[in-house]
Amino acid sequence: MIDSTTLWIVIIGLGLGSFGLRFVFTGIIGDRDMPPWILRHLRYTAVAVLPGLVAPAVMWPAATGGETDPARMAAAFVTLGLGYFTKNVILSITGGAATLYGLLYLLG
Amino acid sequence: MASSSTKSAYWKGFRDGLPFTIVVGPFALLFGVIATEAGLNVYETMAFSIVVIAGAAQFTALQLMSENAPTIIVLASALAVNLRMAMYSASLTPYIGAAPLWKRAFAAYFTVDQSYALSIVQYETRPEMTVPDRLAYFFGVVTAICPNWYLFTLIGALVGQSIPPEFAIDFAVPITFLAMIGPMLRTPAHIAAAFVSVALSIAFAWVPYNLGLMVAGIGGMITGAQVELWTERRAAK
Repeated sequence: MIDSTTLWIVIIGLGLGSFGLRFVFTGIIGDRDMPPWILRHLRYTAVAVLPGLVAPAVMWPAATGGETDPARMAAAFVTLGLGYFTKNVILSITGGAATLYGLLYLLG
Repeated sequence: MASSSTKSAYWKGFRDGLPFTIVVGPFALLFGVIATEAGLNVYETMAFSIVVIAGAAQFTALQLMSENAPTIIVLASALAVNLRMAMYSASLTPYIGAAPLWKRAFAAYFTVDQSYALSIVQYETRPEMTVPDRLAYFFGVVTAICPNWYLFTLIGALVGQSIPPEFAIDFAVPITFLAMIGPMLRTPAHIAAAFVSVALSIAFAWVPYNLGLMVAGIGGMITGAQVELWTERRAAK
């Protein structure tokens, strides 16, 4: 059982902390110019964070107890490939989901 | 000053955000279910989702509290999971830094993976967008996604029934992110950054508190910047 005081400390602390992280640069720097070398790094934030965020979930899905799963792996590659070649997010999601369900059914 | 371009940017964001409700819904539902199973009442569960509004960090905190971890460890771990938000904030600054402070504060509260990822792609592909249009797009995405985060947390907390495992909903999150990453890989520098990010996040998956992702993020950004410099130098010759 989670103690109520602890819970509220965590909710409020985590809320403030998360807001702080989200606001730290947009809030403090605002429209002041940033040096070119920093901007050059920031251009790659999305492609540097999002792939790293999903890679472990693709390699070791929690739903299979961390065991690499061919259906999920194939779905990941189909989704990424469709996204890369068609630039169409919805088509990629649909294709990935179809691959996942199709293979889960076949390999069941 | 809701000019017609601002309005259309808002609705473009809303439409782009809609497909992601299929991910956010089940994820929020699951949080509602797990939180009530851990002994939180509906009011506490809702406060959690509204105050924190960050799925992965909420799950981490809940898990650690259920294991009776010290409060400071709970906070530190969950915030570590959210460290990427600071990177998102830095990345958005060149695009929306000129907006009024209160608007930036609202945008900060609503900075989640989906609103960040969709917006940054939009800003990069349409550099001619004005700052109000950029914010309108951002809040359009937010309108499609965030109310569902609250609503489905509530449904999960009230109904207490999760989605059956055969729906493989666990994989909805990776699939939607991969679908967003594909179109982002526009140059060799972007592709190199993504590869390094994946390699480092796999190699450092053992690092506690999700800090391996920070290694992957920083490594990916350095790689992207270096490849860009190298490509430019080669083109200049």
